[in-house]
Amino acid sequence: MDNLIMNLGLLINATLVATPPLLLAAIGSSFSERSGVINLGIEGMMTMGAFAGAAIGLVVGNGWVAFLFGGLAGALLAVIHAIVCIQFQADQTIAGTAINFIGPGLALFLSKAIFKSTDTPPLSAAQKLPKMFDGVFEAGSFWGNVLNVYTVAYLVFIFAFIAWFVFYKTKFGAHLRAVGEHPEACESLGIDVYKVRYTCVILSGFMSGLGGAFVTLATINQFRPSVIVGQGFIAIAAVIFGKFSPGGAMKACLLFGFCGGVKSIITMSNVISPNLISMIPYVVTILALLLFSGKNHTPAANGKIFVKSK
Amino acid sequence: MKKKINILDSNVFYTFLAIIIGFIIGALFLMVAKVSPAAAYGKLISGVFGKPKYMIWTLVYASPLIFTGLSVAFSLRTGVFNIGAEGQFVVGSLAAVFVGIVFKLPPVLHAIVAILAAAAAGFVWSYLVGLMKVKRGNHEVLSYIMFNWIAFYLSNYLVNTELLHKEGDGEATKNVMDSARILFPEGLRNALGCNAANWGFILAVLVAVAIWIIIEKTTLGYKLKAVGFNKDAANYGGINSDRSILTAMGISGMLAGVGGAVQLLGMGARISQFAGQEGFGFQGITVALIAGSNPIGCIFSGIFYGAMKYGGSKLTMVGAPEEVIDIIMGCVIIFIAVAQVFKRLFKSFGKKKEA
Repeated sequence: MDNLIMNLGLLINATLVATPPLLLAAIGSSFSERSGVINLGIEGMMTMGAFAGAAIGLVVGNGWVAFLFGGLAGALLAVIHAIVCIQFQADQTIAGTAINFIGPGLALFLSKAIFKSTDTPPLSAAQKLPKMFDGVFEAGSFWGNVLNVYTVAYLVFIFAFIAWFVFYKTKFGAHLRAVGEHPEACESLGIDVYKVRYTCVILSGFMSGLGGAFVTLATINQFRPSVIVGQGFIAIAAVIFGKFSPGGAMKACLLFGFCGGVKSIITMSNVISPNLISMIPYVVTILALLLFSGKNHTPAANGKIFVKSK
Repeated sequence: MKKKINILDSNVFYTFLAIIIGFIIGALFLMVAKVSPAAAYGKLISGVFGKPKYMIWTLVYASPLIFTGLSVAFSLRTGVFNIGAEGQFVVGSLAAVFVGIVFKLPPVLHAIVAILAAAAAGFVWSYLVGLMKVKRGNHEVLSYIMFNWIAFYLSNYLVNTELLHKEGDGEATKNVMDSARILFPEGLRNALGCNAANWGFILAVLVAVAIWIIIEKTTLGYKLKAVGFNKDAANYGGINSDRSILTAMGISGMLAGVGGAVQLLGMGARISQFAGQEGFGFQGITVALIAGSNPIGCIFSGIFYGAMKYGGSKLTMVGAPEEVIDIIMGCVIIFIAVAQVFKRLFKSFGKKKEA
């Protein structure tokens, strides 16, 4: 029995470790998608954030500063995506694909240029993000296991709440939702469609960068080519599964994060192949797509080109 | 009014411009990394053209990319975006590795069966997404992305199953039997100086021509293009657009699947467990875009990408990170994507000059 509770503690812990990167990126993605710009480059932006986080952490030695820079690195790629999609009205899917070439390419390129290797050196505990309840609970106890996570892991849920608040309780939120449904009408009402979309796309890059940086500054203690494998796409899946709302995305991320948690625990015990568990988020999203169809939750102007009238 | 053929109207011009800009941006990054762009690009060129055998290697690298490029190009002509070529490529190679390991067939026939199995697997993988699109209205891009990752993990799972896994350690399948390989005869390979020289490139050229004929010269191609051009008008004109989309997506998946077989039976002989997606499908998107979705163009853009990959693999010799290739190619895609804007800009500039 004690053993069971102990494992439960580890499972909750593993979920709390796997969820934040997904949730951060998914919050960002929901802003971009709802404003009418498809951002398939989340994965590339996360990889860039993961590298920048680790690199700045090594240089500056402060996890929080590094975390912020991870976000900025993602935002920088998002600026490219925004200019190409909004200003130049390029195909958003293709632009996102390009970002997924550039992001990981640039991250590995810089890693080799600076650290002479695809892997950065490992970060020391002081260079990483802090843990909130470090040393408060007895190591190995139930609460010690459950709460042995990084402070950011709690913060992300507050972020999700703020995102929900911005979406549904602020003027900007009303604008961004309207812009994703009917940009022409918004323009005639005097809303600057481009400005709203720029803000949302760049925000999506910033949040994705934070998500990537969480992986290198908390979960793992270095940047390697394989640190971001599919998290960006799981985040997009979570947004679809969550019907394009921050609250829905949060529930989906918890579910997918739980899958990630189960995977990391099962990998040790070798019961089911972790590869099969890794499939779950994608299979579940396909099923959700099939079930939701008919009721269309996709923002009406999502992916459509909008040209300013003047 | 006289109709002038203007170079600024030609898409080829903008594609070359995009490639040049891509190389310039790549050079800037090389300079940041304190590598001489001249040395790096020199190595890239000599690495591809330096010896005849290098060129053979380039074609070996190009073959699977021509297939995934054709796959994406074919879908784009029908107004669908096959971002799922990655997954179809993977299930194609899985089908081929299964046939290559489990079946016992005479040479040639074995390879043909393996390729057909790959074609079928790719077809089904894409057709399912087509069904989701046509029957349930799900946008193909999202479903394709999910199918890519399912294929990725399916491959990593199957690689480790008892049936396919090689004896001993290592996370890879057994090698396919020699009878299933599509290599040139040993004497010819030795003469060419490339131990992986295979029939893949010739097959790719033949298929590219066949696809060109289908698109340009057959009723099927006409229907598919009509649906891609204007679905509602095509419907009104008596074309069953749903069926056309399904056919196009199926064929598109088939092409990517064959690409997977060609890579496997030509070069690798086995599938390994991968930490991340290999990217043949995504590279196919670039190949198709550079070719302007023209099947014959895919042969040349496929060779170009193959050269970049093969030449790029030698960049470490001059101390340049090979990832510069990804940066260049990413920039090329972006600039091709915004080419229409350039086009408008240049044209309005030209008009002002005339006036």
